[in-house]
Amino acid sequence: MKLRQSVRMAVSAILSNKMRSFLTMLGIIIGVFSVTLLVSIVQSGTGTITDSMEGLGGNQVTVTITDRSRRLSRSELSVLEESDAIEYVAPYLSGAATAVAGSGSEDTTLYGITPAYEAVKNLDLAYGRYIREYDVQEYLKVCVLGSGIARKLFGDGDAKGQTVRVSGQDFLVAGVLKAQDESMMGSTNDVIFIPLTCAQRLLRQVSVSTFIAAAPEDGDPAEVQTEVESFLRKKYRSEDDYTIINMSNIMDMMKTVMNTLSLMLGGIAAISLLVGGIGIMNIMLVSVTERTKEIGIRKAIGAQRSDITVQFMIESVMISLVGGMIGMALSQVVMMVLNLVQTDIAFSISPSVALIALAFSVGVGLVFGIYPANKAARLRPIDALRYE
Amino acid sequence: MIILKDLRKTYSLGGEDVHALDGISLTVYDHEFVAIVGASGSGKSTLMNMIGCLDTPDEGSYIIDGEDVFSMSEKQLAILRNRKIGFIFQQFNLLPKMTAWENVELPLIYQGLPAAERKRRVEEALARVGLAGRMHHRPSQLSGGQQQRVAVARALATKPSLLLADEPTGNLDSKSTGDIMALLKELHGQGNTIILITHDDDVARQAQRQVRIMDGRIVADSGDGFTKAAAAGSGSGDVFPETAEDLRQSVDLSDEGRRT
Repeated sequence: MKLRQSVRMAVSAILSNKMRSFLTMLGIIIGVFSVTLLVSIVQSGTGTITDSMEGLGGNQVTVTITDRSRRLSRSELSVLEESDAIEYVAPYLSGAATAVAGSGSEDTTLYGITPAYEAVKNLDLAYGRYIREYDVQEYLKVCVLGSGIARKLFGDGDAKGQTVRVSGQDFLVAGVLKAQDESMMGSTNDVIFIPLTCAQRLLRQVSVSTFIAAAPEDGDPAEVQTEVESFLRKKYRSEDDYTIINMSNIMDMMKTVMNTLSLMLGGIAAISLLVGGIGIMNIMLVSVTERTKEIGIRKAIGAQRSDITVQFMIESVMISLVGGMIGMALSQVVMMVLNLVQTDIAFSISPSVALIALAFSVGVGLVFGIYPANKAARLRPIDALRYE
Repeated sequence: MIILKDLRKTYSLGGEDVHALDGISLTVYDHEFVAIVGASGSGKSTLMNMIGCLDTPDEGSYIIDGEDVFSMSEKQLAILRNRKIGFIFQQFNLLPKMTAWENVELPLIYQGLPAAERKRRVEEALARVGLAGRMHHRPSQLSGGQQQRVAVARALATKPSLLLADEPTGNLDSKSTGDIMALLKELHGQGNTIILITHDDDVARQAQRQVRIMDGRIVADSGDGFTKAAAAGSGSGDVFPETAEDLRQSVDLSDEGRRT
């Protein structure tokens, strides 16, 4: 086909002026490099953060009661559990405490919980057992340790069956959790879990001040929120008496912010792509002038307008496409280096970003190639032939 | 066959009108070898551009193989140049970054011929001009005479109705000039129609028919090839005897046109 010949001619024209072609390409390389790098970094960051937030409970709402005058008891909360939209209701209580075992002593955070808390937070045992409902009802002094505090108090040995003294009370270690990665939302590594009822006594706070309501696996957190709201409205006078934090709302908000951010950064970077495109047009115009004689010869021996247009268009598209691919490869390399240097966020180019960037660079080649190509094609053969 | 009727073209140079072509009528039959002779400024280059479909006149008509050239669109003109006319330029006009082979192949690419056919034609044309051994040389690696032979091969490859040579020997030494003229004569002998434009009487004499132009007018014509061929009884006249009346009529018409 003619097209194959045109591509071959374009390649040889580009190669015959390597330095100039490269410098022209550089504009596109930098443009595509910065667009893909910035957008990918923002997207990867968003992905990692929302993933970790999802792990912390995308399907649940956390309620904090601020009005201490009206007490909320655990039995009142059980009404909520009857709703289809809610699978778990997990009241909990936390406070600072000092844990002592043998000669060691550690500052820690004490969590009074029920079995439901273990389910909504996906606590993962290394060994031993969780807090049971029986422990809660009978005020049994048992505890589950985070992996970090267990190691600090008992070394690498088996902590199960040992006792920990918390705020003057001895607790029997029932189980130890697996180590968790530290995330922006904290971890359970340095936490001690005890039955809710024990914590209420220890921290001298009988009413429930915080609880988590979680939707079933395929449930909708918005429905949970509605249920919880109607429950609380009945009990409290004003919406100021309690706060509801819906993780999915926060995530949605953050996604919007991040999308705006990536659009903005991508847009700024796209300006450099535009500048690169102008560079292509500039060089193509020079090239058309330089090759006027060639165009004249081609027309004299039978090249049609479309042949000349296609020839120059392929040249500009090729420069921008190759530049786009190099720019993308470069940003890939930079992200690989970033991934080696840090492990918090896994950077990668999403296929859609790659596709858009390549399409954009081809588009730049087309748009900025049209004018020079048309200029070349419109030359009258007689004038072009005479050009020296 | 090409028929030019009453071509006129006026340029404006510094506010003064210059009649580059001032009513030129000319008929060239198939298988003729015509030399158009004239000094520089006589209008012969303008005429050559018209015949080559590179330029259009202010007035007049041009029929090539029964097709009216000046009513054609730009695209049709490109196709016409591609298929009917083989250009041979004084400056050779080869593309310097391409090999001899690629230069000859170029018009065939524009014709859209398949690769195998192009290869056959390119090899045939290059062998025809005696450059089979230099196919992959670039113009800069060839002598002037060889470059012009590549240009001849490029013109031949499309099997055009007309070879149009514009001062083909103008940039060549006397030996290469002899070679190229011998080649053109040989091609004429094989039945190609050739129009040669030159200022050199010695070169023009080697053609079958001489047309002399001065100040945009034909001042002398040694007679059309048809008449000559018929008189000499040579082969070329016998090719189209039944159209002889038609041809004469067109010649007569053009003569009338010039008188009025």
